[in-house]
Amino acid sequence: MLPAFLSPELGLIFWQLVIFLLVLFLLGKFAWKPILLALKEREDNIEGALRMADQAKVEMQQLKAGNEKLLTDARLERDRMMQEATVMANQHREAEKARATAEANTIIQQAREAIQQEKNLALAEVKNTAAKLSVDIAERILRRELADPTAQTQLVDSYLKDVKLN
Amino acid sequence: MKRLLSILLCFVSLSVFANEPATEGAKGEGFNPGEMILEHIGDSHEWHLATLGAGEHATHVSLPLPIIAYQPGAGLSTFSGGKLAHGQSYNGLKLEHDKLVALDGSKVYDFSITKNTASLLISAVLMLLVFTTVARGYSRNQGRAPKGVQSFFEPVIIFIRDEVAKKNIGPKYERYMPYLLTAFFFIWFNNLLGLMPGAANLSGNIAVTMVLAVMTLVITLASSNKYYWAHIFATPGVPKPLLPIMIIVEFLGIFTKPFSLMIRLFANITAGHIVVLSFISLVFIFKSWAVAPVTIAFGLFINILELLVAILQAFIFTLLTAMYIGGAVEDHHDADMQMGYDDGSPSTHVAH
Repeated sequence: MLPAFLSPELGLIFWQLVIFLLVLFLLGKFAWKPILLALKEREDNIEGALRMADQAKVEMQQLKAGNEKLLTDARLERDRMMQEATVMANQHREAEKARATAEANTIIQQAREAIQQEKNLALAEVKNTAAKLSVDIAERILRRELADPTAQTQLVDSYLKDVKLN
Repeated sequence: MKRLLSILLCFVSLSVFANEPATEGAKGEGFNPGEMILEHIGDSHEWHLATLGAGEHATHVSLPLPIIAYQPGAGLSTFSGGKLAHGQSYNGLKLEHDKLVALDGSKVYDFSITKNTASLLISAVLMLLVFTTVARGYSRNQGRAPKGVQSFFEPVIIFIRDEVAKKNIGPKYERYMPYLLTAFFFIWFNNLLGLMPGAANLSGNIAVTMVLAVMTLVITLASSNKYYWAHIFATPGVPKPLLPIMIIVEFLGIFTKPFSLMIRLFANITAGHIVVLSFISLVFIFKSWAVAPVTIAFGLFINILELLVAILQAFIFTLLTAMYIGGAVEDHHDADMQMGYDDGSPSTHVAH
């Protein structure tokens, strides 16, 4: 026969079975189920949060990259516009200068022509007046039929006084 | 690897049992350490706390426990165990070497609340209190960090879930979690309670470990699939002439696995108690104060070792249970051929 401590007692087998199953049932219902559920929930939460953080990081990076690109684009655009503006201003200035020069030249030319014309007219008038005066003087001399050389001289003088080259 | 480790562990632990000191030989006058130790590791119908005085005039301080007996003729009788103290008889029943017998020699079924049963009830109440508190912690601290007793047990529960259940059972682990957790904490709590002075040796009682092992067997068989049985009755990769032997071996394996669970837990805990008690007995054997430092040093060492063994044996029982269940629910039998690998990678054995 086995020693006492090696032979299982019926009573203890019975109680162990009943109490263990009872504990298993009660703990399963009131402890393990809520505990395991809460642990799972928390792990899911943590995992979700981590995934969201990762996603946010990626989005942030994308946003940052986008911003950088936007900034670079803007800078390039500004440079391009500046350059264009400079070129256009230069062109404009050149064109304006050329136009002004041309106009000035034209005005000068016209003025020159006008002066020439006026001069010609003036000369022509001087010539005419001189001719007319000569003719006039000659006519008056002839009309008086001069006998006296003194008188003649006097006359010439008086006429000359009249003439007074204006 | 884990399987190998546990086999190794069971050898190590069995050798502890084998090294148990010979308690029979030391027979002093008046003090018999063998008897004392067996009395301590065995069950009792009273909860003996202390003995004051010696010899004839000794006063035994003990708690009487209820006797529940069923006799096929007389039916159920319930009374206080105090009425059977000192060899008295009551209601046609008496205690003979702490065994309930009828005076007329008829059959008695003893369902008494013995010391072990009382200890079992205490541990059951303790477990219910502790783990409902833990569970309450989860609803109270919802969305916050665990606190107090909850944060103490949480890593253990997670360890059992992740390292024991998930790794050995696979995706169907959730169904077995309540049993694994209850078994683990039941064994651990009772191992620790058993180390307290004056406590019962519940988890080192073969009836208790037998019930636990039978439960593991029942759960394993109830959740077994066709691959499990195919592996037993047509072990893959075994030549045909060897099959009759293999079938016997594999079939016996169904029962030797839980049997080893039963013996391992019983032997480890009982051996631990025997060793501690043996060191304490040295004082009484040598009847000298000089031996006290040795007794205390070794007794303390073994006791601390037993604290480790308490959780280790609970872990081993749970781990092996998970492995047996895992073997029964495994979907493809290929993995059975891989001893020591549990990564589930395809094996390379010859197709049958």
